Amino acid sequence: MAEYLIKNGFVFDPILGINGDKTDVAIKDGKIVESTALSNPKVIDAAGKTVMAAGVDIHAHVAGPKVNVGRNFRPEDKLFTYEAGNGVKRMAGGFSVPTVFRTGYLYAKMGYGTVMEAAMPPLYARHTHEEMRDTPILDQGAYPVFGNNWFVLEYLKNHELENVEAYISWLLRTTRGYAIKIVNPGGTEAWGWGLNCNSIHDPVPYFDITPAQIMKGLMEANEALRLPHSVHIHTNNLGNPGNYETTLETFKLFEGAKANNDFGRKQVMHHTHVQFHSYGGDSWGNVESKADAIMDYVNSHDNMTIDLGCVTLDETTTMTADGPFEHHLTELNHLKWANTDVELETAAGVVPYIYGKNIKVCGIQWAIGLELALMAKDPMRVFITTDHPNAGPFFRYPRVMKWLMSKKAREAEMDSLKWAEKVRDATFLSGIDRELTLYEIAAMSRAGTAQALGLSSMYGSLKPGLQADVAVYDYNPETAEDPELIEKAFGNAAYLFKGGEVVVKDGDVVSNGNKKTLWVDVKVNDNPQVRRDVTEKFLRYYTVTEANYEVNEKVFMKNPYRIEVDATQ
Amino acid sequence: MAKIVTDVVCPFCGTLCDDLEVKVTDDNKKILEVCNACVIGTEKFLHSQAEDRLKVPQMQDEEGNWKEVSIKDAVEYTAQTLCNAKKPLMYGWSSTNCEAQSVGHEIAELVGAVVDNTATVCHGTTLIAVQDVGVPSCTLGEVKNRADRIVFWGCNPAHAHPRHMSRYSIFPRGFFTGKGHKARKMVVVDPRSTDTAKMADVHLQLEQGRDYELLSALRVALRGAPLPETVAGIPRETIQDVAATLKSGRFVIIFFGMGVTQSLSKNHNIDMAISLTRDLNEYTKAAIMPMRGHYNVTGSGQVLGWQFGFPYCVDLSRGFARYNPGDSTSNDLLRRGEVDAVFVLGSDPGAHFPISSVKKIAHLPSVCVDPHHTPTSAVCKLHMPVAFVGVEEAGCAYRMDNVPIETRKVVEPPEGMVSDEEFLKMVLKRVREIKGVA
Repeated sequence: MAEYLIKNGFVFDPILGINGDKTDVAIKDGKIVESTALSNPKVIDAAGKTVMAAGVDIHAHVAGPKVNVGRNFRPEDKLFTYEAGNGVKRMAGGFSVPTVFRTGYLYAKMGYGTVMEAAMPPLYARHTHEEMRDTPILDQGAYPVFGNNWFVLEYLKNHELENVEAYISWLLRTTRGYAIKIVNPGGTEAWGWGLNCNSIHDPVPYFDITPAQIMKGLMEANEALRLPHSVHIHTNNLGNPGNYETTLETFKLFEGAKANNDFGRKQVMHHTHVQFHSYGGDSWGNVESKADAIMDYVNSHDNMTIDLGCVTLDETTTMTADGPFEHHLTELNHLKWANTDVELETAAGVVPYIYGKNIKVCGIQWAIGLELALMAKDPMRVFITTDHPNAGPFFRYPRVMKWLMSKKAREAEMDSLKWAEKVRDATFLSGIDRELTLYEIAAMSRAGTAQALGLSSMYGSLKPGLQADVAVYDYNPETAEDPELIEKAFGNAAYLFKGGEVVVKDGDVVSNGNKKTLWVDVKVNDNPQVRRDVTEKFLRYYTVTEANYEVNEKVFMKNPYRIEVDATQ
Repeated sequence: MAKIVTDVVCPFCGTLCDDLEVKVTDDNKKILEVCNACVIGTEKFLHSQAEDRLKVPQMQDEEGNWKEVSIKDAVEYTAQTLCNAKKPLMYGWSSTNCEAQSVGHEIAELVGAVVDNTATVCHGTTLIAVQDVGVPSCTLGEVKNRADRIVFWGCNPAHAHPRHMSRYSIFPRGFFTGKGHKARKMVVVDPRSTDTAKMADVHLQLEQGRDYELLSALRVALRGAPLPETVAGIPRETIQDVAATLKSGRFVIIFFGMGVTQSLSKNHNIDMAISLTRDLNEYTKAAIMPMRGHYNVTGSGQVLGWQFGFPYCVDLSRGFARYNPGDSTSNDLLRRGEVDAVFVLGSDPGAHFPISSVKKIAHLPSVCVDPHHTPTSAVCKLHMPVAFVGVEEAGCAYRMDNVPIETRKVVEPPEGMVSDEEFLKMVLKRVREIKGVA
């Protein structure tokens, strides 16, 4: 493989503590190495440019059944977006729900190398993997959903933690999943009857267990299994005025818990798209930001991480395993509503949504997403996302970075809102002067996410030995003044190296790379009861047989990469 | 001696039963017996064993005389036909696996073809309706475990999806449905007295083509608003009773078929049926599901979706994907004479398209990839016989509820026979050579 030496760039790497120094980055055999290890490298002159590890996205809905529902039921989403194939590129289109090809190309153009699919219904694992297999360039993994799974509900109700662990091990292996995702715990099962759990203490119909018990139990199992990632939570009561109390109650469940793993992960709980969970007030008339209360808590508890879920003020397509929420949303905006309930496991809904600048609430949502980041004390624990495509499409990350890095840019956006003054009254944003640095952005978009995923030995830094995923942006931090340059540069990487290969050059995709699909294989002691229960459930309640459930790596995955964990002790 | 292959997936209809057991000879060459399948599924497996099965590609000259050709010649003819055409139609894709569909899409992109699947004459109207109003649905296991109000509208599973009622909808005892069919109410809406209708608790024998009115009337009845004395030939009191029955259920499911999708009003019928389902969700839990026909027509829509963003009739001829039912749909293209070559795989338009369309196929350079002699193969210039997916070749297929299942290879195909995917890969390679792309 070719050797590369990226010279003279401004390097930002929170893991190595490099903050804008001009340092060389050396690449050999797909890894980052000391520059002394190179013999005859191609030299890339990065003078006047910014160099970082490639981006790592911890939460985006980019592959799987609900994503494809979004594509197929919104032909209008393709309007004016299609580009013909060219060179290594296939034809690709779509705005809020791009085709798999466009997803890969656009992430690569932003200098991202790794993207985690945030919710995989186990019964549809094959579909999720087929889409990831066809998504070029990106290393990916998917989180199976556990928070409404009948096995989990029954075992936790009976306090059988060992059985939960054995079942998690089995399901991660069978679906080739990466981590434990929890979406509206209990509420989505209740949705099977058209009901919901609105607080973390609402008992789940029939199963008679509370969301709090589900989340806490799964966290304990996660730590006992010593998995690379923590539990990944979307708690109850999403998107409702006053819901910040539910969010804080959820956070408090994990007080005092310590991470237990060999992957360098420090948190026991990741809470996703917190913007949707930080609302005060008691109606849409008086909804207000509670980012202060939320971030006070996050800042003072270092055993948790969050991602933002920034609203980008676009027309988009919402999709979540929170089935009852999507029903609630369609009642609100009266747009088309798709829903799929999945036997024994979960559900999902999809509704288009327009975050309009003329709507006060949308402006408040936009402000809250940014406030969370701007109030963060530790950028290694607070990550940039748009919960793609729920709060906005992922290719708006450069715009979010612009808002976070420039008070001028966000004030200009604020002024363009119809109800700017009302939005200011209900939020803190205009009172915040902080402008994030590139060092902090690097933490929030790669170093921190890689660490939270337990992947800091592969991604997120330019430390020798890591996979050579490197992004070079045409952005000079010493001279750039116009905030628009941030958005432009971070949306059109000058270079993206993926596994040591040039994938993007001058903002154009030149290779489809050699993607990997990550999954976690955790070994536990043989558990005959769980084996028996699995067989029983398949015989009686599933509509596929047990033998037809497992994902076949050879057919459905590209370059499967198994991360082994031994939890037999 | 013989052995039993278990958990076999049936490659016939959208029910995609995956509990078949097939007895095969020890050398994996011959199927001896098929268990658990319905009579149609059994036939599909056994038919692959026919002694007179076509094994070698055939080409037809202008006088209609057939001669055998090599696979290499078949690949060459197919690649040249597709490359020389300005706007070829690549139709079918519903009786093959997703892997073959994927390769087909790559070819279509290179040659600028229109890719269309059998939804175009089947549930395409459903797909349009879903784009209008969405679709609240569920997997078949939710029906089995929860549903107590089952509606079959314009479909006849007793004949078209023979194991549907026993596996999923009427008879199974699920988690919350321990009494099986005794605790379920079955409503059938059909102008005919079908074998399914005869099993129903209520058979609404409506006037033909009046589905839209009856669906609207049910929505009115749900709201308790006044109705005329009869709607679509059904008395007001009956409609109100059915509305009350649905409302009182814990979980309502509406299955619908070609009786509503391809009769008068087409997609508007489905708009209304979906809206009825939405309305029911105000009172209880309700879902709706199309009874998809071919075992992997659903998969074709899915693969097209994630690769191009549209579920059927995708026109790639301009270099980017375009979707415009009525314009880019197969029959419209054929009858307007807008396509100059036809490639068919995994379907039989000769049997299902109007004769005016089939005549056009007969006059165009055309390829039919199909294990059987079919009315389509009879009018095409090249007939390329292939292995049976799901019998002699594995691969992914999507059930009517979009659940993907990997079909199994049960026996070896006859010697020298290739699969859909293998054939398409050879064509793709040749197309790349002709087009001069890497």
